[in-house]
Amino acid sequence: MTEKNVVKVLVPAGALGIPYDKDALAKGLTFKPDLIAIDGGSTDSGPFYLGTGTSKYSRSSTKSDWGELMMARAKIGVPLLIGTAGTCGTSSTVDWLVDITKEIASERHETLTIAVLKSDQSAANINKAALLGRMHPLEGAPAITSEIIEDCTNIVALAGAEQIQQALATGADIIIAGRTTDTAIIAALPLERGCHNGAAWHGAKIAECGALATTNPNSGVVLMEFDQTGFTIFPMSDNASATPQTVSAHMLYENSDPFILHEPGGYLDVTHAHYYSATERSVRVEGSQWHDTTPYCVKVEGARISGYQTVSFVLIRDNDYVSHIDEWVSGLETVFASKMYDNGNNDVALEIRIIGKNATLGALETDMASTHELGIMAIFTAPTQAKANEAAKILNPHLLHMPLTEDEPMPTFAFPFSPAETDRGPLYEFCLHHVCELDTPMAWFSLDVIEVKADG
Amino acid sequence: MAKLGTLVHEIRSKNAGPFWLTIDIFCHGFDNFSEVSEKLSTSKVAALFGTNKTHIKRFNITELHVIKFSLPRPHIQGVRLDRDMHGASFACLLEEFEL
Repeated sequence: MTEKNVVKVLVPAGALGIPYDKDALAKGLTFKPDLIAIDGGSTDSGPFYLGTGTSKYSRSSTKSDWGELMMARAKIGVPLLIGTAGTCGTSSTVDWLVDITKEIASERHETLTIAVLKSDQSAANINKAALLGRMHPLEGAPAITSEIIEDCTNIVALAGAEQIQQALATGADIIIAGRTTDTAIIAALPLERGCHNGAAWHGAKIAECGALATTNPNSGVVLMEFDQTGFTIFPMSDNASATPQTVSAHMLYENSDPFILHEPGGYLDVTHAHYYSATERSVRVEGSQWHDTTPYCVKVEGARISGYQTVSFVLIRDNDYVSHIDEWVSGLETVFASKMYDNGNNDVALEIRIIGKNATLGALETDMASTHELGIMAIFTAPTQAKANEAAKILNPHLLHMPLTEDEPMPTFAFPFSPAETDRGPLYEFCLHHVCELDTPMAWFSLDVIEVKADG
Repeated sequence: MAKLGTLVHEIRSKNAGPFWLTIDIFCHGFDNFSEVSEKLSTSKVAALFGTNKTHIKRFNITELHVIKFSLPRPHIQGVRLDRDMHGASFACLLEEFEL
């Protein structure tokens, strides 16, 4: 095998914003990777970010972290690629990161070419696909209607290797992509250069969380080497090792099926993959298989507002109330229902979670251990913020003073805040878990190239 | 009777996307894996999650000494009734389960 058939991708961390070992990144650069690739987000932090088209990380920390990677890129002169920029990969977060990139370039008097790949979809586009029978629900998908699709504040399609390859083909120094699959940003280049397709996708899955597939997940940096028969993972930190166990176990992580991974255009099957130690700290994998599927499909994600919330907190320290908390909460719910009906507000949902009893697991909780204090989190969800806030204020005096029985002195519980209620704003929900057929991979994606010239 | 969490190496749970939950039970070795996988029926896991065993995908992965369960999330991630955005707390149900 000739040297040109080997493709090296350096992955600094599981996502931009997660700490990594700086020395390991410096070491990774000495191996002359062909590409530095990092993920910028996922759905894991919930529907708010896609719903609002915003990043969960602060601008200043993102600028600092991204600036380090831009510096690393400039040192060795290879492309730097980020997928799912700004947590959710909408047009707004892509533009946000492009703006940060320009700002850094300007401060450093750096001349740059930036390729910008966008993944946003219009509701009309999705509805048309649904009408044409070109949209298909994945297992566990919620029921949808054209109204639900139109309600989405943002819809994105997940780009795969083909769209990333188009972006890489521009020859840009930096590629900022909207929503992509976590793996596509790593698999695209080795696939383009003719490396083994099963290995390209499997290696990409192993490296998508940085060093999570090694003995030292916090070290972040891994170098992935792809060729015609397989891939090898090299942890870059002196304190990290890859073992056949750490690498093969990573296929379990956040995957509902540990052997099959669906991607745009096909699926990866690792049932027959062999993992073995290549050196003391690196692991070689061969035998992974990729299967093309037709028609070419991409997954879509959408989020919409399902209501507005206000939250009230109160703390209960009195032993008698703690030991009779279910009765007390039930009493509160009864009072709330009668007060709301009296005011004609039937569309406000109240949910009371008892912190210290079963707030995390709800009805599934099996541990009934008692405690000396409890937190009461009352969540009001309504069609408008004003209604949710109004409902919380209606319950307020009862949260503060409601006695267990009529013949006892009026209690006063502990409000940690004034006001006791806090408006949370809109509640978003994910409402698409579907794939859509495309005529060509780029049909739903746009690609632009921006030149940033150093001043002076 | 012993709690499952004390018998095995590690139990973790996590979202597998917004609509699915996945739970990995890492056993100490082949004997531990054989014993736990035999005693821990899919029906028992379904009961812990308030669901039917037909909704649970089970993988007994002998090479890794891992038993993996995947199921639709009790509530879709982030909806009004969801209590755990990342789904990592569900592992407690299995850790504290008396096998």
